[in-house]
Amino acid sequence: MADIVLDKVSKKFPDGTVAVADVDLEIADGEFVILVGPSGCGMSTTLNMIAGLEDISSGELRIAGQRVNDKAPRDRDIAMVFQSYALYPNMTVRENMAFPLRLAKLDKETINRKVEEAAKVLELTALLDRKPANLSGGQRQRVAMGRAIVRQPKAFLMDEPLSNLDAKLRVQMRTVVSRLQKQLGTTTVYVTHDQTEAMTLGDRVVIMRGGAVQQVGPPQELYDHPRNLFVAGFIGSPSMNFLHAAVEDGKLRTALGDVPIGERVRRELEGADAPRELILGIRPEHFEDAELVDDDTRRRGMEFEAPVDIVESMGSDKYVYFTVEGERASAAELEELAADAGASDFTGAGASLVTRLSAESPVAEGQHRRVWFNLEKIHLFDPSNGRNLTLHEGRAAGALAD
Amino acid sequence: MAETTTRARLRWGLLDVIVVVFALIPVLWIASLSFKTPATLTDGKFWPREWTLDNYRTIFATDQFVRALVNSIGIALIATAVAVVLGAMAAYAISRLDFPGKRLLVGVSLLIAMFPQVSLVSPLFEIERQFGLFDTWPGLILPYITFALPLAIYTLSAFFKQIPWDLEKAAKMDGATQGQAFRRVIAPLAAPGLFTTAILVFIFCWNDFLFAITLTSTERARTVPVALSFFTGESQFEDPTGAICAAAVVITIPIILFVLFFQRRIVSGLTSGAVKG
Ligand SMILES: Nc1ncnc2c1ncn2[C@@H]1O[C@H](COP(=O)(O)OP(=O)(O)O)[C@@H](O)[C@H]1O
Ligand SMILES: [Mg+2]
Repeated sequence: MADIVLDKVSKKFPDGTVAVADVDLEIADGEFVILVGPSGCGMSTTLNMIAGLEDISSGELRIAGQRVNDKAPRDRDIAMVFQSYALYPNMTVRENMAFPLRLAKLDKETINRKVEEAAKVLELTALLDRKPANLSGGQRQRVAMGRAIVRQPKAFLMDEPLSNLDAKLRVQMRTVVSRLQKQLGTTTVYVTHDQTEAMTLGDRVVIMRGGAVQQVGPPQELYDHPRNLFVAGFIGSPSMNFLHAAVEDGKLRTALGDVPIGERVRRELEGADAPRELILGIRPEHFEDAELVDDDTRRRGMEFEAPVDIVESMGSDKYVYFTVEGERASAAELEELAADAGASDFTGAGASLVTRLSAESPVAEGQHRRVWFNLEKIHLFDPSNGRNLTLHEGRAAGALAD
Repeated sequence: MAETTTRARLRWGLLDVIVVVFALIPVLWIASLSFKTPATLTDGKFWPREWTLDNYRTIFATDQFVRALVNSIGIALIATAVAVVLGAMAAYAISRLDFPGKRLLVGVSLLIAMFPQVSLVSPLFEIERQFGLFDTWPGLILPYITFALPLAIYTLSAFFKQIPWDLEKAAKMDGATQGQAFRRVIAPLAAPGLFTTAILVFIFCWNDFLFAITLTSTERARTVPVALSFFTGESQFEDPTGAICAAAVVITIPIILFVLFFQRRIVSGLTSGAVKG
């Protein structure tokens, strides 16, 4: 077991692609860290550099305090689970799991004992003499995990280990991975582009974009206090709503009406080169049916009225989709996020708004409905660089903060 | 529906028979000639009227043919082994590693494959005489390796490219050196490719006539295809056709055996189960 430190680690491929740029990251002993981002953002490359499968172009990688830049993978004592599982097709499950131990030249008895132990933990005992070709996807995944855990390495690296499983199995395996990691207490770096996995699995989440780290923190912190537009849009499902906001007369003109701003945001907008246009971000759960809001709460937000498009009742609450008039928010980050989601959720003129209202709300499709939203939970972003203007000392404080 | 499929099957069956017969008639004819007596040799009948094994007895009675057979087998096997081993290493490097001069290596091997062999015969003859390689086994093995290598490299790199990259990475993570990863994980998966390549190279060496006739002069290194052309009858007046046919049949047997033996190992889908699929 060991800590892993990336000190300004970069990767430039021979063809000039900079896949990873100046990544600083300290992973504590026993910590479970998730790397997440849209595909192509350099997560696998980062993982491969930690593994030793890719050379590090510049920067330093330390495992357990030791510089390992020039060490071969086998000298780093790290195990890896691949997205493709990479099981040896010519070997049985037992031989697959024994392979690292045989290379480590352990004696037969020890190998057998360790393989049987790992097989028991992963419920593979009955499958030990099968070839990978005769296993289901979930079983193959477990064999790949088994091969990683048998030799009790210093750290686990996992590159989208669950992405080839169907949705149900993925949920199931997610808990298996989580339990296994807690049980073994081994430092783990886990790459995914599924943000549910990112939110539920790790102690800390690292959000990457174009080879650079955007923000590092516990999942809840990233959710509540996103440092920039990209993080805000990436974390959360359904994702944060983004609206165009024009700065006029000390107010923000938006599709939801004129939003007042507090002292702190006003100061941000004072400079000569301060942005005149902003992007306002608000999460679906920070809306509420105006009828259901008590006076105390009402004062902390404001209201607007809009036609209801779709109502999805989830039982515990309702997802209600509205169309609001006005300019669409546009920024490079948002386009990138939409492209990664594979959805160009273009709804014609105006913008679509996703809200999560209480189940008691009598809202119905086709109605015009009054909706309240919480001004303290609003984020304001500078479209030119994506910076969150409402963030103060790492805490998001809403639009009204003084 | 059923009718059309039966008819389609019939049509394909007929086509297959035509192709097979067309391809095999010369071979069968030679086989038939090899069983005929000298008297009936030119009777024009496809099926021998009088069966005889005399032709076979004749060729094995002469040292000429047996020596040539030994030469052929030895030279072809050694050349095949060397070409496949070298080819495997080169193909592995080409398909898996990025190294300076990779393009050059591929280009040169392509060049060798396309080089007209006839134009090399006289220079090789001179060179081999200078170095004392003329009329020796190495004198044939070396040019065979040269011309078989591009073939080996191409077939093998095509096979290697199909093997999932991740397996090698996994092996390295599991503690294998590059060499161990190759031997214990990649090589077993590449086996079908190795056998296929071995067959192709062996056939290439076995069938060669050009180098064999120019670079040998005695029974020391003469291979069967050349020995055949030197066949004479027992006496000057005897027609060697029957014996030549018998020898031709004999030299096709190792090829058939070779293919049959290795075909069992060319199991497709050996890589299935390695990755998600
Ligand atoms: N061997 C390579 N040569 C050049 N570019 C590469 C190579 N491998 C990956 N890249 C590029 O580096 C970027 C990051 O890749 P990768 O780390 O695999 O992304 P992901 O975050 O999806 O795992 C991508 O733009 C990819 O095209
Ligand atoms: Mg990847």
